[in-house]
Amino acid sequence: MVRPKPAGQSMTATVSISSIEKNFGATKTLKGVSVDIAAGEFLTLVGPSGCGKSTLLRILAGLIPQDGGSIHIDGAPVDHLPPRARDVSMVFQSYALYPHMSVRENIATPLKVRRLSSAARWPVVGRMMPGQAVARAAIAEAVNQVAGQVEIEALLDRRPAQLSGGQRQRVALARAMVRQPRVFLMDEPLSNLDARLRVHMRGELSELHRRLGATFIYVTHDQVEAMTMSSRVALMMDGEIIQVATPSEIYANPVDVRVARFIGSPEINLLDARADQHGHVSIAGRTTAFRSDTVGPFTIGLRPEVLAIDDGSSEIVIDSRLQRIERLGHDVLLHMRHDAGSKKSMTLRVSAAELDALQANGRLNENVAVGARAGSALLFGADGKRLPGLHGAAPPELVAYGLGLRAVGA
Amino acid sequence: MSRAGSFLSRAGLTPGQLTMHAVLLACAFAMLFPFYWMVLTAFRPSPEVFSATFHWLPQTFAGIDNFREAFAKAPLLRFMTNGMVICAGILAVQLSTAIPCAYALAKYEFRGRNLLFALVLFALCVPVQVPALPLYMGLAFTGTLDSYFSLMLPFFLSVFAIFLFRQVFRSFPDDIIHAARLDGMGELEILWRVVVPSASPAIAAFAVFSITAHWNDLYWPLIVVTSPELAPPPLGMMYFSDSDLGSSFGALMAAATLLTAPLVVLFLCAQRHFVQGVTMTGVK
Repeated sequence: MVRPKPAGQSMTATVSISSIEKNFGATKTLKGVSVDIAAGEFLTLVGPSGCGKSTLLRILAGLIPQDGGSIHIDGAPVDHLPPRARDVSMVFQSYALYPHMSVRENIATPLKVRRLSSAARWPVVGRMMPGQAVARAAIAEAVNQVAGQVEIEALLDRRPAQLSGGQRQRVALARAMVRQPRVFLMDEPLSNLDARLRVHMRGELSELHRRLGATFIYVTHDQVEAMTMSSRVALMMDGEIIQVATPSEIYANPVDVRVARFIGSPEINLLDARADQHGHVSIAGRTTAFRSDTVGPFTIGLRPEVLAIDDGSSEIVIDSRLQRIERLGHDVLLHMRHDAGSKKSMTLRVSAAELDALQANGRLNENVAVGARAGSALLFGADGKRLPGLHGAAPPELVAYGLGLRAVGA
Repeated sequence: MSRAGSFLSRAGLTPGQLTMHAVLLACAFAMLFPFYWMVLTAFRPSPEVFSATFHWLPQTFAGIDNFREAFAKAPLLRFMTNGMVICAGILAVQLSTAIPCAYALAKYEFRGRNLLFALVLFALCVPVQVPALPLYMGLAFTGTLDSYFSLMLPFFLSVFAIFLFRQVFRSFPDDIIHAARLDGMGELEILWRVVVPSASPAIAAFAVFSITAHWNDLYWPLIVVTSPELAPPPLGMMYFSDSDLGSSFGALMAAATLLTAPLVVLFLCAQRHFVQGVTMTGVK
């Protein structure tokens, strides 16, 4: 039996995942995944559908057994423990509320199971069992308190079917919070909500994490959720964790071309490049003044915001044709065609002011040269691994818009 | 023609639909007329039954006499009590065995699961007459013939219920079961507190099937029961019509009306659930 924790005890724990493997038949879903999560951290497992992130979360919860490796919570192995004894709670994408119970009963269930004897939990007759008044009162108090935290006091007597998606989400959160677990697991909790509500709940989840101080492990396929909420992001692909880093680090310094492509919207622009036997680099067919450590073909990655229309001062220049302009309000996306990569298309992100300046100067023709600073280029080898930057380039500038504005001459 | 056509279109019916409704009405009449005749006969005196002309309503009202005679000559309440005891006993054991079986087949992974389910499907094809002889021998050997137990025994395990509930449980979301496990419920508690309440339409549908079948069963009670005080309704009716009421149609039909009434009431109560449950699973 798990004893009820005294109030005020901090509900947080480290989680250590080491070489977890899982096979479904002949498919290797998880190929030795390892990651250590600090107490109170908000770690997001992000990756495309089918990369094994939800499977990993269910293994953590003890809902499915792993085929290899082990899980430690607060330093103690939990591999042999059933889900109830792991002291973790989970919020599901489908919310998984008990359909025939009221919201109040849904939230109270985890506490009732732990604090009332099995006889006292019988429907109808259970209430007549002696010596449970104190426990029942404490449960009611805890339910009210948690309902207040997620602002659903008015809905306590409704059934889940009578609630909207966002309200169900809050009930699911309340049910996860009420027993004060050491670790929260969240399996795409926002993906069934509409876009507006998702943005709102993102803020609420971050705020909740800050207030509870508990360890959150959050699974999503949405890189925006990963970037906005987490203290660290673990990017999974094909059953492996490719990189674990803070959101800014994983954006600025991806270790693999797959990471670079997955994180960031619009997607990073990838161009073909080559280094001759002396290391002299040519990009998109133009020779440059830079050198690289490798020899042979490689890929160069440029984020949409480090690109600008060339004003003659750019260190890297790509010839391209303007295809389409997408105004997003403050930002504008310029979609270009070029011949320097397998994808042949390229996206620039400029501010609306820059676009207006370009159009006023008459410099936005059909055929334009796009330029970038060499220091902001990310280099990836033929195997997709990150390579050191170009030699002879200034370090990357963090304020991308400033660069763009200077390039325009505004 | 055009007037008839405009009448049909105003009623929202095409000629095809009209034909269909006519066919359905004819079928309904064929089904319901015997019941109507039973109720009608229960309220009219015997001479009217044998007269050459048919009247939709009793010419002479003899209902009170018929029902009084039925109650006087046959222990109708006794038959109904027997029917209730047998049906309730069978249903209780059927539900308490079939629900865990069906849940295991629907939600657990174990070796031989598919083989077991194939056996369930196979058992659906075996009628009760096939194991009748061994069952009778067994009951005779243990000296339990001519008891409530012998009336109920062959029906305790219902493969139809296992099949029906398995189909229903399969569509129950795994996430809710996972959530219940994380919340700390035991497997049996998950089944009875979380999964079963959501399957109540299917359970109501099955209850109607089961109660109707065993309330109306004549074959098995005829084999194992010899004491009239244990007879369920149809067997009781048989004793009743054999002995001294053979020609008293009015009283016989009054008794039949009374014995059918509980089923009609049950069906009306469970109708909504019943239709839901059957359409949901798409069987029978």
